[in-house]
Amino acid sequence: MSRATSSLPRTIAAHTILIAYTAIALFPVLLIVVNAFKTRKAIFRAPMALPDAESFSLEGFRTVLSQGDFTAYFQNSLIVTVVSIALVLLFGAMAAFALSEYRFRGSRLTGLYLALGIMIPIRLGTIAILQEMVATGLVNTLTALILVYTAQGLPLSVFILSEFMSQVSDDLKNAGRIDGLSEYRIFFRLVLPLVRPAMATVAVFTMIPIWNDLWFPLILAPSEATKTVTLGAQMFIGQFVTNWNAVLAALSLAIVPVMILYLLFSRQLIRGITSGAVK
Amino acid sequence: MTAIATRRPAFRWHIVVFLAPAVLVYTAVMILPLFATLQQSLYREVDNQTVFVGLDNFRTLLGDPRWSSSFWNALWNNCWFFIVHMALQNPIGIALAALLSHPKLRFASVYRTAIFVPTILSFVIVGFVWKLILSPLWGVAPSLLDLVGLKVLFEPWLGDETYALTALSLISVWQFVGIPMMLIYAALLSIPNEVLEAAECDGITGIAQFWKIKLPLILPSIGIVSVLTFVGNFNAFDLIYVAQGALAGPNGSTDILGTFLYRTFFGFQLQVGDPNMGAAVASVMFLIILAGVSLYLFGIQTRLRRYQF
Repeated sequence: MSRATSSLPRTIAAHTILIAYTAIALFPVLLIVVNAFKTRKAIFRAPMALPDAESFSLEGFRTVLSQGDFTAYFQNSLIVTVVSIALVLLFGAMAAFALSEYRFRGSRLTGLYLALGIMIPIRLGTIAILQEMVATGLVNTLTALILVYTAQGLPLSVFILSEFMSQVSDDLKNAGRIDGLSEYRIFFRLVLPLVRPAMATVAVFTMIPIWNDLWFPLILAPSEATKTVTLGAQMFIGQFVTNWNAVLAALSLAIVPVMILYLLFSRQLIRGITSGAVK
Repeated sequence: MTAIATRRPAFRWHIVVFLAPAVLVYTAVMILPLFATLQQSLYREVDNQTVFVGLDNFRTLLGDPRWSSSFWNALWNNCWFFIVHMALQNPIGIALAALLSHPKLRFASVYRTAIFVPTILSFVIVGFVWKLILSPLWGVAPSLLDLVGLKVLFEPWLGDETYALTALSLISVWQFVGIPMMLIYAALLSIPNEVLEAAECDGITGIAQFWKIKLPLILPSIGIVSVLTFVGNFNAFDLIYVAQGALAGPNGSTDILGTFLYRTFFGFQLQVGDPNMGAAVASVMFLIILAGVSLYLFGIQTRLRRYQF
C-alpha cells in the first residue's frame, strides 16, 4: 500500500529535523570527550577541533587518577546502585505478587498506599530522614543511601511489576499448587522467571536516578569514604576548576559507566515502555 | 469448635511475608519522615526546647520580609522554570515522537537512542558542560553563533540576572526532552493501524492526521507527562546547585524551591541552618505538589476520554 505520508520531500524534512536535533543532543557530550584528550593549549585554541598527533594528550586523565580517589567513588556508586536495584526488584516483586495474586482485606488500600510514592518525591522528607539516620548512626554509610534509594524505587517497581504479574496465567500457578508447591516456590520458581523482562525495565528506570543523584549523597553521605561518583565529580570540579584537562577527563570518566549500561539496556527500556506498563 | 476452624481459612502468613519488606522500608524511610517533616514545621526551637507554635513558621515564611522575599522569589522562579518546560520540553518531545513514530522512517532507533542520551547523564555533567559551552572564556557558544552570523547576540547568559534562569530552564529542557519523547512515542505506537487507515480512507493524512486523529488519542499520555514535569520541576535542585551553587546566583535570580529548601535547612555562609523553617519550606513544597497532582487526578484525568482498542 502506498501511503500519501511517505512522499520524498516529507521524508527528507523528517530526517533533517531529526539529524539536527540529534546533533543538539550529542554535541555537548562529544565536546567534553573530544577535549578531554587534548593538550591544555589545544583545548583553548581550538575547542571544536579533533585531537591530532600534536594536540593529543592524556594529561587530564593522569591528574584525575592520581588526585581524586575515583576508583573508590566508582566502587561506592556501584555498590549503592547494585544493592538498591536488587532490593527494589526483590521487595517490589514480592509486594507486587501479593497485591496481584491474592484477594485480602485492605489489598486495594495497600496498593494505593504504595503508589503514593510515585507522585510524592522522597526528597521532601529529607530533614526527618537525616535526623533518622543520625539517630540510628547510619549517617555517612552506604547503607543510608541504599535504604533511601530502595524506598524511592519501590513505588514504581510495585506498580509496574504488579501490572505484569496479573498477566501471568492462573492455570500455571494452580498447576503448581496442585503439585504441592508452596506459595513461596510458586513466586520464586514460576512467576519471577516469567516477569524477567519487566524486571529489566524497572532496573533501568531505577538505576539512572540513583547513579546520578546528588542530593542524598551530599546530605546523607558526604564523607570521603562514602562519596559516590556524582558527588566526587562535583567536588573535584570545585577544586580543579581551572585545570580544564582534569575536569574534562573526570567528566568523561563519569559518562562512561552510565553510557555503557544505557546502550546495553536501551532496547529493553523502549520495550518496557511500549509494552504498556508505564502508559 | 472444629466446624468453625474448617470454615475459617487459615491466616495466610505468606501474604504478610511478601508484603512486609516493601511496606516496612517504604514506611520507615519515606512515609514516616515525610509526616515527621510536616509535623516539625509546626514546632520551633526556643532556648534549646522544642515548642509547638502552630502555623507561626508559615506566617514567618510568607509574611516576614526577611523570609518572604526569598520565598516568593523562589516560588515565582520555580513557576517560570515549569512554564518553560511546558512550553518547550513537552511540545518538542511530542514533535520528535510524532516524527519517530512514522512507520517507514529509517534509523528511528538510532535517533531515539541518541536523543535520549542527555537524559541519562548526571546533572554534574550537564551543568558543567553547559557552563563551559556558554562561557565567554572558552568561546564555543560565540563561535557557534558566528557560524550562523548571530555572534552579536552572544552574552554571558548564565551570569546575567535577566537571562540566567531562562538559560538554565533551557538546559534542563535539553536534558529531559527524552522523557516526553519516549512516553508519547509509546502512546503513538499503540494507536491501532485500522484507525489510521480509516482516517486515510477519509483523506486525512500527514499533519492533519496528527492534529485530528493522533493528538486526541494521546491526550491522556500528555496529561501524565505534564504531571511528571510538574512534580519534577517543583522538586528540582541539582541542576541549579551544580551550575550556580547553593546561593543560586547571580543575586538569587535562579533560586528555586529546592535550592531555597537546601539553604534554609543547612544554612549557607552567614545564614544559620534552621530545621524547623526548612520543614516549613518542605511542607509548602509538599502542598504545592499535592495540589498539582490532585488537580490533575480529579480535575483533568477524569475528563480525558480514554479510548480502549
